[in-house]
Amino acid sequence: MDLNLIWFILLGVLLAGYAILDGFDLGVGIIHPILGGEKERGLAIKAIGPLWDGNEVWLVTFGGALFAAFPEAYATILSAMYLPIMLLLFCLILRAVSIDFYSKVESRFWKLFWDCGFTISSLGATIVFGVAAGNLIQGFPIDERGTYTGDLIGLFTPYTLATGFLATTVFAMHGAMFLFLKTTGDVRERLKGWLWHTWGVFLIAYILVSMMTLIENEHVVDNIKQAPWAIPIVILNVLCVANIPRAIMAEKYAQAFASSSINIACLVGLYSVSTFPNMVYSTSESTSLDIYNAASSQGTLWLMCIIAMIGVPLIASYTAIVYWTFRHPVTES
Amino acid sequence: MLAEMDVVMLSRIQFALTIMFHYLFPPLTIGLGVIIAWLEGMFLWKKEQIYMDAARFWTGIFGVNFAIGVATGIVMEFEFGTNWAMYSRFVGDVFGSALAAEGIFAFFLESGFLAILVYGHDRVSPAFHFFAACMVALGSIFSSVWITIANSWQQTPAGHEIVQMTRNGEPWFVDGQPIMRAEIVDFWAMVFNPSTMHRLIHVWLGCFIMGACLVLSISAWYLIRGKHEEFAKKSLTGGLFLCLFSCLAMFVSGHFQAKMVYEHQPAKLAAFEGHFETGPAGMSLVGIPNEETESIDMNVEVPGALSFLVHEDFNEDVIGLDKFKPEDRPPVKIPYFAYHIMIGTGVSLTGLMVLSTFWLWRGTLFDKRWVMWLFVISIVPAIAGNEAGWVATEVGRQPWIVQAPLKVDESGVRVEDESGQFIYESELGLRTNDAVSKAITSEQVLTSIIMFGAIYFLLGILWLFVLNRKIQAGPPHKDDSSKSGNDDLAEALTGHHSLTEGS
Repeated sequence: MDLNLIWFILLGVLLAGYAILDGFDLGVGIIHPILGGEKERGLAIKAIGPLWDGNEVWLVTFGGALFAAFPEAYATILSAMYLPIMLLLFCLILRAVSIDFYSKVESRFWKLFWDCGFTISSLGATIVFGVAAGNLIQGFPIDERGTYTGDLIGLFTPYTLATGFLATTVFAMHGAMFLFLKTTGDVRERLKGWLWHTWGVFLIAYILVSMMTLIENEHVVDNIKQAPWAIPIVILNVLCVANIPRAIMAEKYAQAFASSSINIACLVGLYSVSTFPNMVYSTSESTSLDIYNAASSQGTLWLMCIIAMIGVPLIASYTAIVYWTFRHPVTES
Repeated sequence: MLAEMDVVMLSRIQFALTIMFHYLFPPLTIGLGVIIAWLEGMFLWKKEQIYMDAARFWTGIFGVNFAIGVATGIVMEFEFGTNWAMYSRFVGDVFGSALAAEGIFAFFLESGFLAILVYGHDRVSPAFHFFAACMVALGSIFSSVWITIANSWQQTPAGHEIVQMTRNGEPWFVDGQPIMRAEIVDFWAMVFNPSTMHRLIHVWLGCFIMGACLVLSISAWYLIRGKHEEFAKKSLTGGLFLCLFSCLAMFVSGHFQAKMVYEHQPAKLAAFEGHFETGPAGMSLVGIPNEETESIDMNVEVPGALSFLVHEDFNEDVIGLDKFKPEDRPPVKIPYFAYHIMIGTGVSLTGLMVLSTFWLWRGTLFDKRWVMWLFVISIVPAIAGNEAGWVATEVGRQPWIVQAPLKVDESGVRVEDESGQFIYESELGLRTNDAVSKAITSEQVLTSIIMFGAIYFLLGILWLFVLNRKIQAGPPHKDDSSKSGNDDLAEALTGHHSLTEGS
């Protein structure tokens, strides 16, 4: 295994970590409107209050690591999706502010305003993530220097819109389960039905995107054919999706949440397999950016490994401390 | 007007807008982080409730700043890729690792323990709470370390090589042009590049001044209103000492900083001082640089002072802008004004702090209402000084985004061309014009500027509004200290209890 492959995998791990952790707080934002009244919505915000910010750091670190390990891919992807990324940043700012300012003033209008801000920004950010992933699976035209040659409309195809929808349903389901675990009483009762609804919609999106991928993106199919070792990921993914309703039925909610987390990790894994070894698949004549020609020097990749070896155990310990400290369900007091 | 500008200019405006807004918050959190850790330590040591009350109050202020700081900081990270893709390609190997290290070593630490600091009063022991406060302070300082390293490398690059990239094992050309980039060869030389330490100390002192001035400003306002007097006097005294120390240290740091800039980026120092013609130079105190006549209009200067500053000799020559080709010169007006605002605010704050310390020693400080008013507004020059310092250093680096070194011969003397001007080793640096993304249009950048402008405007107003409410509410009341630390309405109201006429 070479350093380029190690960093491709590590980036996948960071991305999966981000999607699992920030996924649930984005999901709480998406299902926010279904909660009844100020009290329940306040509880939802309280449940993610101490956690969302640390979750978002996974994205910041993913961005930094992509910049350092594969600068060509970082530059191509971000400049190609200029306006969607700007929209994402706009949403992330609005979200931070919505969560942070929500409880600062006791006024109905104030809270309603931030309720809307929280939902719109969570939904917007999730859709952009999904659309971006769809574009990277499907590929887009880049020139010899790695510059995107298409236009804004070219980023929105039926396929990328479908992946945007899939991302929304995954996070909504994940968020509903998280909130269910973190609350008691009335809110919990209300959420129970939504565990089923969100799972159902997710299943539809999951099947739809799987079919579209197989039909529309031949290069992905070829890729998966060449990687028989990826089949266990597919099997694990299906098992997790199937286990969610089983666990809910058996009232093993922690297990359902764990299944949902593994489901997200599998989806990120499948995304990685479907693009590997490309970082950016070019639909025009020139070469794609793969994990070799988009990478930093071997020296930098090795240096980054050292940084990661020191940093990762530290990160794991802070994360454990914070999640342990805030392990209890939230209550109104 | 904006619509006619090119992508480079618009991207520069966008970066300036987003980073100047962002840079309101990190200095406040770095300054406050240290103050909070100190207060929590004092509480553990002396067991006086007032320290914990004060720590909680400042933590509330910290939390608001931190959230906006993080949200606006993510923008900066992604803008390197969206707007400055060619720059990212050129420097990713060097610059990216510092950015990744910032995420791994600083942000996780800071955000994780901040949750415990803000929400964890009832869940962890006081000793662990103090530990969390220290980790938050440390996290914010680590983050300044890595980002300053990355920025310093752009100013005075070191520890790297410029090499041609390969594609499929072959040297890579596009349209016959070799594709070059910077690659790290010596990590520690990159980290400790010639300007890192000077700039880091300078940045920290600026942060301490800003944090301390916020404390001074709020405390003085309480004293004027006759509210929370014990808390306010203690805070004000602490803030005063921190600010005095930082201001005095800033003079030393500033001096070495200027000498370092002269050595490595002489064009930048010339722009700071509006020094057009090489020769013995005075130091301009006020004036308006005129790039057409190459002189400073309405100049008031101290003769020989610039020569003395850089050479310790009043008559020695100082390199002026005339030693640089017109296309290699930074613009003069913006760096000149920004540099002078930075120094002006620094000198005024130092004067105020020195006098106030004297009055404190005499025991008359708190009776001087007008001084309290000066403290209230002191946050404005503190912010202006920090922002202006940043503007001066970044605009002064133009037209380079990664500063190329000046060509030197074997004995280290700078090489001049036939017209007596210095030659840059252009291929070792990167010009700002060549750094911008090729895939974006000016309409797209303009759209994003409008988007950011709108949300930052809203954010700025909300920030002031929430900050004001927290200040109005004041520190938790003494009898109230057994309650949980959440800033709910009840607490805000108890804060208002003492909102009576001055005593």
